[in-house]
Formats: sequence, C-alpha cells, structure tokens
Amino acid sequence: MTMLLEIRDLQKSFGGVHATKNVSLDVLEGEVHAVIGPNGAGKTTLISQLCGEQFPDSGRVRFAGKDITRASGPARAHMGIARSFQITTVFQDMTLLENVSVSVQAHDGHSFRFWADAGRDAALNAKAMTFLEEVGLQEKAHVLSREVSHGEHRQLEIAMALATEPKMLLLDEPMAGMGTEESQRMIEILKRFKGQKTMLLVEHDMDAVFALADRISVLVYGELIATDTPAAIRDNEAVRQAYLGEEAA
Amino acid sequence: MNASDILTPKGLIAAAVILLLAVMPVLTTIADQAFYLDIATRILILAIAAVSLNLILGYGGMVSFGHAAFIGIGAYAVGIPIYYDEYSGWLHFPLAIAVSALYALITGAISLRTKGVHFIMITMAFSQMVFFLFISLEEYGGDDGLLIWSDSEFVDGVDVDDPTTFYYLCFISLMGALFLVHRIVNSRFGRVIRGSMSNDKRMKALGYPTYGYKLTAYVISGAICGYAGALMGNFTNFISPEMMGWTRSGELIFMVVLGGSGSVMGPIYGVLSFLLLEEFLPDFMDLFSKDAGIYWHLPFGIILVLVVLFVRGGINGLLDRWNR
Ligand SMILES: Nc1ncnc2c1ncn2[C@@H]1O[C@H](COP(=O)(O)OP(=O)(O)OP(=O)(O)O)[C@@H](O)[C@H]1O
Ligand SMILES: [Mg+2]
Repeated sequence: MTMLLEIRDLQKSFGGVHATKNVSLDVLEGEVHAVIGPNGAGKTTLISQLCGEQFPDSGRVRFAGKDITRASGPARAHMGIARSFQITTVFQDMTLLENVSVSVQAHDGHSFRFWADAGRDAALNAKAMTFLEEVGLQEKAHVLSREVSHGEHRQLEIAMALATEPKMLLLDEPMAGMGTEESQRMIEILKRFKGQKTMLLVEHDMDAVFALADRISVLVYGELIATDTPAAIRDNEAVRQAYLGEEAA
Repeated sequence: MNASDILTPKGLIAAAVILLLAVMPVLTTIADQAFYLDIATRILILAIAAVSLNLILGYGGMVSFGHAAFIGIGAYAVGIPIYYDEYSGWLHFPLAIAVSALYALITGAISLRTKGVHFIMITMAFSQMVFFLFISLEEYGGDDGLLIWSDSEFVDGVDVDDPTTFYYLCFISLMGALFLVHRIVNSRFGRVIRGSMSNDKRMKALGYPTYGYKLTAYVISGAICGYAGALMGNFTNFISPEMMGWTRSGELIFMVVLGGSGSVMGPIYGVLSFLLLEEFLPDFMDLFSKDAGIYWHLPFGIILVLVVLFVRGGINGLLDRWNR
C-alpha cells in the first residue's frame, strides 16, 4: 500500500506546553488509522497541524507526495484533506441541506457568483442531498441546524467533511458526547467508508476504535509511544500503563 | 421571498412600507407639506447606506465603524467636481462609486486582517483619517464645509433639483440596492460570507479562503454606500467633514441593528424609526409638558437600548414573532 500522509519529526509548543513532541507517523492509503491518548495528549493539536489551522515549529508533513507543511488550510482542503471538529462546528442558522451544500460548493469551482439563487441550484442541492443520505439525515434536510440533536450535529459534521470529496478524513472525536446508541450509529456510518476513504480517527471511545481501526497510534504527552495493529496495541504493556490502564480502572 | 411570504403580517407590513414610500410625494403634495418630503428623502438615502452596511454587518459579521466615510466620499465626489464647474451626474456617480470602492479595497485589505473589536477600531480609525483629510483641505472649505450650488445633471429635461424627481431617483436607487443585496446574500457568494460570519474556521477547513470573499463584500458595500453619499451630496446643498464623523458611523450601525441586521427589510425599518423618532419625539414630548422636548435624547436612547437588548433581530425580529 502507498503512503498518503507522511508526518516527520513534528514539533509544536505553546509556551511551556510541548503539545507535539517529535511525532513521526505514516498513514497508508485506504487505512483507518486511529490516534488515541489521554486528555491533553495533543491529538487535536496534531490534527490542526495536519489540516493547516496551526503550523508546526519544525518538522514536515507530506500529503500525496507533496510537502504541505506550510500550505494554508483552504489549500489543503482543495488537495483532499477534510476534517471534522471535536466541538461541533456547523452553521447553526442554516438548514442541514444548506450546511452540506456550502461544503459541496467549496469544491465546485470558485464561489464568486453573485446573482443566481444558490438555494434553487438543483444540481447543488441534489448532490448535497446524497451526502445527507450517506449519514442518514435526509429526513431532516430542511430543518435548521440549531434545531437538531447533538448526535445529528455529529452526523452532519461527517456529511460536511464527506461533501468536499476528500482523499482523507481527519476525524476529531466524532463520537464526542454521544450516548451508546448514537455512537453505534456513528460506527456504522464510518464503517461504510472504511476502505474507500483514508481516515485518521481521533477517538476516546474504545469500542469505536477497535471496531474501525486498521492500525492504532498512541499519543501521550505529545509523544507517540506506539503504532501497531489493534491486537498488538491491546497487549502493549506501555500503552496499558499510559492509557488503557486508566480506562480499565 | 416567495409570493406566499407576502401574505403574512410581516410581508404585508413590508409591502405597505414600500408602497407608502412609493406614494410619499403624492401624499406630501396633497397635504401641502413639502418639509415631510425632505425627511422622507433623507430616510431613503440613509436607508441605502444602511442596506449597504447590512450586507457586511448583518450577513458577513463585519462591524464597520467607518461607513460614514463612504457617505462623505460620495458627497465630495459630487461637491468637488461642481466646485470646478463639472456638473455631469455621469461623472459624479461613477466617481463616487469608484473612489469608494478603491477606499474600501485599500482599507478593507488591512482591516480584514483583524477581527472583532480590532476590526471595529481600525475601520473607525481609517474613517477618522478621511475626516481629518477633508478638514485639512482648505481649498474645499476645510471644516467649514463646501457649498454645492447646483445638482448633478443627467439628461436634458430631467431635473433632479425638483424634489419629487429627486425623491424618485432615491426611491428607485433604494429598490435597486435592496434587490442587489437580496440577490447577493442568496447567491453562492452570499453563502460564503454568511458561512464565514457563522463559522470562519469551518469555512477555511472546507476550502474557502474567506479573506478574499469578505474583502469583495466589503468593497461592494462601500461602493453602494458611496453611491448613497453621491445622492446625499445632491440632496443637501452644503457638505462638510462632519457627515463622515465617527458618530455618524455609529448611528448607521444603530439603525441597522435597530431594524434587524441580517434581514432584507431591517435596515429600512431601522432608518425609518430612527429618523421618525428623532423628528417627532421632541414634539410628542412637548404635548405632555411644555419644553420637555429638549430632553428627547433621553427617552430616545432608552427606546434604542431596550430594543437592542430585548428584541433579538430588532424590529424585523419583532415582526417575525408576530408571524408565528
Ligand atoms: N492554542 C493553545 N494555546 C495553548 N495551549 C494549548 C493550545 N492548544 C492546545 N494547548 C495545550 O496543548 C495540549 C494538547 O492539547 P490538545 O487539545 O491537542 O489535546 P487533546 O489530545 O486533543 O485533548 P482532548 O482529548 O481533551 O481533546 C494541552 O495541554 C493543551 O492545554
Ligand atoms: Mg482534542
């Protein structure tokens, strides 16, 4: 398998907090690569540097063979990197369909089109609808985003990321704040894309991680302490102590 | 807006307000009150400015505290050519639009690098620079202002000096500005600026370099406001830097918020109620107690603060509630 994302010696500090410590990691094309680690381990900070929201102090990031270390967020999005947010980040005063069509529109040429009513753009809406269907939200297409449940917001996050037709999804705790039933539904949704989309999945929910991941990396205090198959990670003593142990306790 | 939207209390009020504005010259002629046509004309011109500000404030989240500068620039784009005996409106209006757009491009390019309070302060600082620039231009009257002894000339036979003709020029301009902004905010472009107001971080993650879109909206807004300024230059026969002072910009923001930012009709309601209160509140107060009217600023301020505090979405928001 070919390498899609290549992270080399990434470093990032906030004042005294060393949030990313010499991280090197490869994500293979088509794999679901989970990143786990305790609170404050630097998972979100890592994602931010991969999607161009923050820049590393040193180190390199390559995506699909190109160095993107200094590329802007929007530029990376156009290269095929999409992210979802740990804290729901949707357009509250738009309908779900509008939320997704703004995402579709992002990759449908430029948006310096001032006159035609985007709400009546049949092609745009039809396409957006297919992504809502993929996450099972078609019924709520015309409901305002602020009026749907937390679980549905999380699903919308995924639809918005998918709608940019990315090569790679960076998912920051898609199950955050969900009940078991909602988590289960989210696992089913993500399973559908397993193998088709490369995913970097940050998640605390171990059921989700073991259900989805091909490989798992463990981040502790900004440092990667292991990268391996789920089975090997489960048996890894250092990981147990640093992280899984806490879960079990 | 769909046809069915008009048949709601909110839609009917919007239609009634526009209809009332459309027949205002007839009413003032019948009542023989030319003075009221003056107020109505001022309302229309300020409404165009408010509509332009609403485009960036209400839909783009950019609180420009310097929009009066555009009115001033537009007005001087009429006044200065006339000072040199250039009377053609075909020169004045394009000049007002072009200079305003250029000023918006330069100041917007810098201001939009900042956010929140910093954006507010820097737009205000730029407008104060223009304010002091015109004060220092002795040739054009400095802070004494500039007399405009003629109006723009367009075609033979159409005399915008005539109050009714000029009123309709303003009315058509306001309708045009409203329609333009209505189209823009519902277009793909409009969705981008609305999206970046709602969540800029998400927009960037989706692949939108939002800066360029916001700057474009800022330039469009400035150009429309400059056009309103050119109308203002024709309306008053005396212009001065005072019309672009920061308090004027503040009033514009107030009008937009009062009427309901981020709604099509909001700015019109805002300007209407602001100017009508300003005009009639003193007389109204005098009815209760002789000379109480001189204290009109106090209840005026209280009414404004109450609306802003307790009515989400301003006057337009009030009408929304009534709809449900
Ligand atoms: N912008 C910032 N400024 C200062 N410190 C920050 C900033 N962002 C993150 N940090 C710090 O960096 C460390 C890593 O934070 P990060 O949010 O990446 O952790 P995380 O693994 O995503 O945690 P969680 O599981 O709680 O989401 C934390 O100590 C955090 O306080
Ligand atoms: Mg996090």
